[in-house]
Amino acid sequence: MAKNQDNIINDVTSGDYKYGFYSDIEMEQIPKGLNEDIIHIISKKKNEPEWLLEFRLKAFRHWQTMKMPEWANLKIPPIDYQGIIYYSAPIQKPSPESLDDIDPELKKTFDKLGIPLEEQKHLSGVAVDAVMDSVSVKTTFRETLAESGIIFCSFSDAVKEYPELVRRYLGTVVPYTDNFFATLNSAVFSDGSFCYIPKGVRCPMELSTYFRINAANTGQFERTLLVADEESYVSYLEGCTAPMRDENQLHAAIVEIIVENNAEVKYSTVQNWYPGDKNGKGGIFNFVTKRGLCRGENSKISWTQVETGSAITWKYPSCILRGDNSTGEFYSVAVTNHYQQADTGTKMIHIGKNTKSTIVSKGISAGRGQNSYRGLVKVLKNATGARNFSQCDSLLLGDKCGAHTFPYLEVENQTAIVEHEATTSKIGEDQIFYCNQRGISTEDAIGLIVNGYAREVINKLPMEFAVEAQKLLQISLEGSVG
Amino acid sequence: MLVIKNLRAAIEGKAILKGITLEVKPGEIHAIMGPNGSGKSTLAAVLAGREFAEVTEGTVTYLGRNLLEMAPEDRSKEGIFLGFQYPIEIPGVSMVNFMKTAVNEHRKHKGLEPLSASDFLKLMREKKELVEIDSKLANRSVNEGFSGGEKKKNEIFQMAILEPKLAILDETDSGLDIDALRIVANGVNRLKRPDNAAIVITHYQRLLDYIVPDVVHVLYDGRIVKTAGKELALELEKKGYDWIKQDVEKKEVL
Repeated sequence: MAKNQDNIINDVTSGDYKYGFYSDIEMEQIPKGLNEDIIHIISKKKNEPEWLLEFRLKAFRHWQTMKMPEWANLKIPPIDYQGIIYYSAPIQKPSPESLDDIDPELKKTFDKLGIPLEEQKHLSGVAVDAVMDSVSVKTTFRETLAESGIIFCSFSDAVKEYPELVRRYLGTVVPYTDNFFATLNSAVFSDGSFCYIPKGVRCPMELSTYFRINAANTGQFERTLLVADEESYVSYLEGCTAPMRDENQLHAAIVEIIVENNAEVKYSTVQNWYPGDKNGKGGIFNFVTKRGLCRGENSKISWTQVETGSAITWKYPSCILRGDNSTGEFYSVAVTNHYQQADTGTKMIHIGKNTKSTIVSKGISAGRGQNSYRGLVKVLKNATGARNFSQCDSLLLGDKCGAHTFPYLEVENQTAIVEHEATTSKIGEDQIFYCNQRGISTEDAIGLIVNGYAREVINKLPMEFAVEAQKLLQISLEGSVG
Repeated sequence: MLVIKNLRAAIEGKAILKGITLEVKPGEIHAIMGPNGSGKSTLAAVLAGREFAEVTEGTVTYLGRNLLEMAPEDRSKEGIFLGFQYPIEIPGVSMVNFMKTAVNEHRKHKGLEPLSASDFLKLMREKKELVEIDSKLANRSVNEGFSGGEKKKNEIFQMAILEPKLAILDETDSGLDIDALRIVANGVNRLKRPDNAAIVITHYQRLLDYIVPDVVHVLYDGRIVKTAGKELALELEKKGYDWIKQDVEKKEVL
């Protein structure tokens, strides 16, 4: 029986990464390395106002005093920060007026990724900000959204067109001193998405940012800033892919969300960065800081993530529940196959009264993958009536992978109710055989069982994404059982 | 349809099946009876392709093909259905999704297009009535939280959907009350056609009050020690298995 389990696991771990192609696009790059001159160059390239340059420089100076965090349950090889190119952009006209101004090769790339830049090609109402390497290539449906007063554009455009808004919110949830990677991002971030939903507006379509790393030896450092004003609602999606390369590439992003009274933001991620090959060579280092502030009363942030890619994932989408009666949710599926490592989870900081949080984390480990859930639930002194429910499940495929759970609880208010449940299970040989006996191949059986296990989280994704995510889960585990 | 010749199989080196020879023709229902530990479930497992039982000798020919060389999922797609003695739970996977995947794999094998969602749901509705299964069961996860009776009915339900050529029911009657037993048997009877066959494995004769077998075999210590018509089942009911055991032991002495 044990022998059989091993065979099964050996066989299901050789899936192909579908998005590993490289596009030959004319690029503009700056020299590699990181110093104040580089930051000046980036800022100048983007024609930034003085205050933003200052923000970057302050961050850079602070970063130089910092050390890479070592507390995560990850083996991170040394990263040569001077060996990275911090700005790399497809050459295009300054601000493309129409699609005709965009390099056809670029359009082709996004078509291939299933993210057409032509608005009429979108079947379902999803507006996309397409980011390649260091810059935003195109934001669709900008005008349509503007009719409802919604601002949805690249971060660079926002700095130019809405400097006051950006300045008011930038760094208010993730300060430039926050952590090693966030501070690095604050110094060198090159683009990203900006979104503002005005009072009382329910965003009529899904907004999304698609991140593509294309160039070699570069890092991607983008920022997303999302503001939901009172009584507003938006559902935001994020997807990402990268070419297959033997070298590791760094992705250090920041997402900041601010939610006012009675507003709600739903933020979904399907992370599919190149995970490295079967032997653990190459892949993206995904070190991301995501945090939302429920500033208003009755405000709500819901994070949903499906993490299948990256060689290393270090990511804790968090909620600061400051407004009374505010709600934070975190639904996560993280897959580690081959030599992938993930240390991911969330922080729920209860500050306001009657604040509620829900954490559902589903880890899936296969091959030699190491999967850690790390979560903090913190209830401050004044957070009367705070409630948290956490559920952390781990699913193991094989006996060479690992699942770890690191829950932290800090409760300072006696009235708080905090619950934590955790389970670890294995896909049973008998489950697979049962599927086999009904005509379902072992590979499909694993897909079915894994998707069943992750269903609670997948169901939180918008429809089209859910279908994508299901396929992705299956592909990620291909070859991990047979 | 199915020809088993001198089949021997072992589990972890211990011989369980010690030379089984059996032929099942289309339209027949065979009952395999026998005391606990005689090898009934191992025979079912070998026929379905479970790897824990290692075939050490003998042949199994199914529709002219060497069954033992076929992968379990191919056996299924070629029409072999195993009703499990202990149906397996698969949390989070709805019966609808599970059976839709299975049906479409079977269709693909036959070169047919996948069923549309609405056609599939229609098929499920039809078959549900056949086994009097609660319509809510179909929306729940595979066998999760089902009672013992519901699990067994669910096996017959799946059989009804997949329409196998050869159904092997491994102690489908164990743990069933009379009502459930009647429903299960009824399902089997209504699926009977001149071109398909069934092997009904059971410890007790009471299932055979509802499913009338053409042939009854008694399996004892890995061998078929007696084969006769349906009256054998009644005899076993009356006399138990001891006389069979004594019979066998007597023969061994001689």
